[in-house]
Amino acid sequence: MIHHIIEVKNLHYIYPDERKALNSVSFRIVHGDSVGIVGANGAGKTTLLMLLAGAFFPSQGEVIVGGVPVVKKNLPLIRQKIGMLFQNPDDQLFMTTVYDDVAFGPRNYKLDGQEVEKRVSQALAMVGIEHLQNRAPYKLSGGEKRAAAIATILSMTPDILVMDEPSAALDPRSRRGLITLLNGFAHTKIIASHDLDLVFELCDRTIVLKDGEVISDGPTATILTDMALIEQSGLEAPLSLQNCPVCRARKESL
Amino acid sequence: MQVLLKGKLGGAKAPPQIFREQIAVFRRSGYVFLWGLVLHMKDIMKSLYNIRLLDELAEKQTVVHSIHPLAKLLTTMIYLIVVVSFGKYEVAGLLPLIFYPVIIIALAEIPLLPILKRMLLVAPFALGIGAFNPIFDNATMFVLGGFRLSGGWVSFFSITIKLFLALMGTLTLIVTTGMDRLAAALRMLRVPRIFVLQLLLTYRYISLLMEEVARTMQAYSLRAPFHHGVQPGVWGSLAGNLFLRTLQRAQSVYQAMVQRGFIGEYNTGYDSRMTINDTLYLCGWVVFFLTVRFYNIPVFIGSLVTGVGK
Repeated sequence: MIHHIIEVKNLHYIYPDERKALNSVSFRIVHGDSVGIVGANGAGKTTLLMLLAGAFFPSQGEVIVGGVPVVKKNLPLIRQKIGMLFQNPDDQLFMTTVYDDVAFGPRNYKLDGQEVEKRVSQALAMVGIEHLQNRAPYKLSGGEKRAAAIATILSMTPDILVMDEPSAALDPRSRRGLITLLNGFAHTKIIASHDLDLVFELCDRTIVLKDGEVISDGPTATILTDMALIEQSGLEAPLSLQNCPVCRARKESL
Repeated sequence: MQVLLKGKLGGAKAPPQIFREQIAVFRRSGYVFLWGLVLHMKDIMKSLYNIRLLDELAEKQTVVHSIHPLAKLLTTMIYLIVVVSFGKYEVAGLLPLIFYPVIIIALAEIPLLPILKRMLLVAPFALGIGAFNPIFDNATMFVLGGFRLSGGWVSFFSITIKLFLALMGTLTLIVTTGMDRLAAALRMLRVPRIFVLQLLLTYRYISLLMEEVARTMQAYSLRAPFHHGVQPGVWGSLAGNLFLRTLQRAQSVYQAMVQRGFIGEYNTGYDSRMTINDTLYLCGWVVFFLTVRFYNIPVFIGSLVTGVGK
């Protein structure tokens, strides 16, 4: 299953304004891993995801996806392997109907009409929004937009899902629906988020970034219960692990 | 709580006159600001709604919508050529051409009001083009019951009717086809990829720009309650900010497109061939247009009626 492996080797990225976003980042993600990338604002999470998906190219170091280096000439292949979910679903939905949006990717790969239709139906069914296929994307609710954006990447049948703040701006019920949906996917998942409860529920492994560097990498249960580390990285413990806000009783797990 | 408030405020001395005036000014300006905000937002959001309405109408499922976009595009192009080919003093001969948009609007179940509203936007141009005709071309052309009608007035009516027909024809094409399928038809006509892409992306980015304008105006209005409109001092920074934000938004959308395999060819998924029905649609309308062009139908009907009368 080499095509699901992501290798990041000594990655550096400097923005055109000389701001250093990533500094010597290295890790390896294997097939079926579900990895959370956490860190405070400006830690370099989004930049890292952009580098993984080939939206940016590193200043130094390399990213290898399924044995293929992420360089310009390999981008069509890389983009079939990696499906990237943007932070703002409005940026991802630009066609006049949900159907056309979900079909946009497969059509670009010149698949025949029947195959496109099959893929779109499957993707819409996977996220449970078949009934919205003829609706205009801007008329959907936040949760529906997020589901439609996920369908747009699923129709490309990627091996790896890369998500930037997937629960941002979702109400609690939509967020719960998203967690259930993502838990059902067998894909390799990389999720950058401030929502540590979501990371706790979805990811077996967590990488902590601070000022563009990896300060910790290990099992989620270990990382997110290490209060000193959480404090050091500028985050707060997941709500599910915090004391009861009413009676202040400590969680049993702690 | 009520008692507490009464105790705190009711018992206190009334605020001095100067404060009372300030409170009154603040209250009044609050209403003005809210009203201004509502008007601003209403205008921008209305424009956004109007643009999206065209897309929504294009998604209807009617007989006209199901016709191949290439057939509709060619029909409209021939229609426009026929409309503009009439002479400058021709009025009666043009009139039967109104049947084309009227029949299409009826069959496609398009509401007439939004179409007419859009045509009004362009009406000043027609008036501008033809406004001086009655002044410069005042030779008498007809005498109707003692009323002299100059050639200038006839050509003015002719220009107005032509513009009205051309706009109706174009708008019906857009609302029954949609920009994406129209682009597919242009590509079938071998229009260069770059032009079609430019058209499509401009159309897409207009709504992004308008969304950003609406947000910026809202943010401005909330922090400038005493201003009526944007103050000249902040035009530069506001416009610059708007430009950069729109650019950023457009880049994000472009990134999302590229992530899904976009390499410069905008695939609308519409590559089917024209069927017999589509060809019949095209031929039928072309025959009608040519008949109208070469036979003055109103005059023919008129002579027929007067002939019968005699």
